[in-house]
Amino acid sequence: MTRNLTCIVCPRGCEMTVLLDENKKFLSAEGNACPRGLSYAESECTAPVRSLASTVLTESGKLLPVKSASPIPKGKLFDAMREIRVALAPDTLCVGDVVLADLAGTGVALVATANAADL
Amino acid sequence: MKSTVDLLIIGGGPAGMSAAVAAYDAGVRDILILERDAHLGGILQQCIHGGFGLHRFGEELTGPEYAGRYAAMVKEREIPYLCNTMVMHLDENRRVTAMNEEYGLFTIDARAVILAMGCRERPKGALGIAGTRPAGIFTAGTAQKYVNMKGYMPGREVVILGSGDIGLIMARRMTLEGATVKAVCELLPYSGGLARNIEQCLNDFDIPLYLSHTVTEIHGKERVTGVTVAAVDENRRPKSETARFIPCDTLLLSCGLIPENELTKEAGVPLDRVTGGAIVDQNRETAVAGIFSCGNVLHVHDLVDYVSEEAALAGNSAARYLRGESEKKIAVGLKTDGRVRYTVPTHVTEAKDVTVYFRVSDVFRDARVEVRLGDEVLLSRKKLKLAPGEMETVTLKKEWLDKADGKELSFAIVTA
Ligand SMILES: Cc1cc2nc3c(=O)[nH]c(=O)nc-3n(C[C@H](O)[C@H](O)[C@H](O)COP(=O)(O)OP(=O)(O)OC[C@H]3O[C@@H](n4cnc5c(N)ncnc54)[C@H](O)[C@@H]3O)c2cc1C
Ligand code: SF4
Repeated sequence: MTRNLTCIVCPRGCEMTVLLDENKKFLSAEGNACPRGLSYAESECTAPVRSLASTVLTESGKLLPVKSASPIPKGKLFDAMREIRVALAPDTLCVGDVVLADLAGTGVALVATANAADL
Repeated sequence: MKSTVDLLIIGGGPAGMSAAVAAYDAGVRDILILERDAHLGGILQQCIHGGFGLHRFGEELTGPEYAGRYAAMVKEREIPYLCNTMVMHLDENRRVTAMNEEYGLFTIDARAVILAMGCRERPKGALGIAGTRPAGIFTAGTAQKYVNMKGYMPGREVVILGSGDIGLIMARRMTLEGATVKAVCELLPYSGGLARNIEQCLNDFDIPLYLSHTVTEIHGKERVTGVTVAAVDENRRPKSETARFIPCDTLLLSCGLIPENELTKEAGVPLDRVTGGAIVDQNRETAVAGIFSCGNVLHVHDLVDYVSEEAALAGNSAARYLRGESEKKIAVGLKTDGRVRYTVPTHVTEAKDVTVYFRVSDVFRDARVEVRLGDEVLLSRKKLKLAPGEMETVTLKKEWLDKADGKELSFAIVTA
């Protein structure tokens, strides 16, 4: 069985053809211009993940841009957004500081991508 | 306020900051950046998503992180900048008129000027859609600013016209914030956005992309109540039998960017008809001596990494100009065949290896990019796919340029 994928790891966006066995297990892929495409294809066919970026309200009422410190399971995006929507960030946070330690039970932290003081 | 400066930079976005840092590192000390916004960073401040910096920093950063790194470099070097300061006028002698609350209206004479004003979105008026003009029509970038910087949702049920990257990014962003994006309509038979954005912004959320479709009418009195969409024929004319109504309260327009060159025109700098930006040589110097241009005000870039790279080149060139080093040695014009829409630079004045950026007019598969001098083919590079949305580069070799002095090099796309 084959599956067509677009690699989303870098802006080049390679179009890949992935070979899967009868249990939809990843076997091999082609069309990727670099090795990162391979690991993307494998993860996409096993347990797809996505990076998440959003904003969190600060105590002084500004919007602090934030992101997941690493990609989280695709199915958890909306759960994560529900937590992000009610979070409140101290005005002392700097780039890279943790806003939420465990985003929607994924074990991945939500971190600031700007200094709250500079907003 | 002082009345003279060696290097004045208009715009404190990624282009302006990178140009300032490069010029400083090349020895220029008397620099001033003027920025109309309250912070340095330009449009990146509202681009909270990731995807920036892979090329420049070797890691994936969000817009604010990328801008923050450059702002830190500017501050480390103590390069002077004024925010909340709008440049009102520029003339051919590099006299800059600007305004802010503290100094009122003031003028500065600069020995060199770098234009880094960025671009703006094509406004909706220019699109000429029939129907009413109720509330609920935004450019995708305006919606991005509302959602990401003001915390305000422009609407709940959204149709997006145009499949540029900003529209795709906003389709995902508004979906994550609870809106329903009902359709993205693209007039052309292909999307101008990156393939990765179609995948992760539309397909991930089952948002349909209708190629060769447009919005033919906007409905609603006070607020948008829906739009009529229709397929278009090969001449981009709507086929009325395909028209259908989609109820929505918001229409986002993502129909391309235009370089913001009002000041450039005032200074008498000739513009390129295709890019809407200045005509420049390999140093990013315009036809007016001492005025340089870089970033999105020169031509629309898809990736900020290339904006920084080009701006650093402009900053270095301005430093050389200020040291009196930039004498012209050769004259080579770069000509395009129409399939290659434009090149930056448009001409070359020094015999050295020169990287040329270009865009194509259509999608070409199994094609070759050729550079010719008369009948002689200097370069022929195979490309599996070329698309208008993606900027391409080739490097011209010093010896080709030596040979082409006084003549033109032509750029062409050859298909079987
Ligand atoms: C809405 C929008 C979203 C975008 N999203 C992405 C994206 O997701 N990824 C990506 O790679 N690229 C994106 N781009 C392209 C992006 O513009 C470039 O990547 C990059 O930000 C361009 O840098 P710049 O410095 O040339 O322009 P800008 O970032 O636009 O900076 C120009 C600066 O000049 C200032 N300025 C303009 N005129 C004056 C004046 N008269 N006086 C004083 N200051 C002035 C402006 O305030 C601004 O700060 C986007 C562009 C837009 C318009
Ligand atoms: S395979 Fe490599 S080059 Fe191709 S899109 Fe993925 S990361 Fe980029």
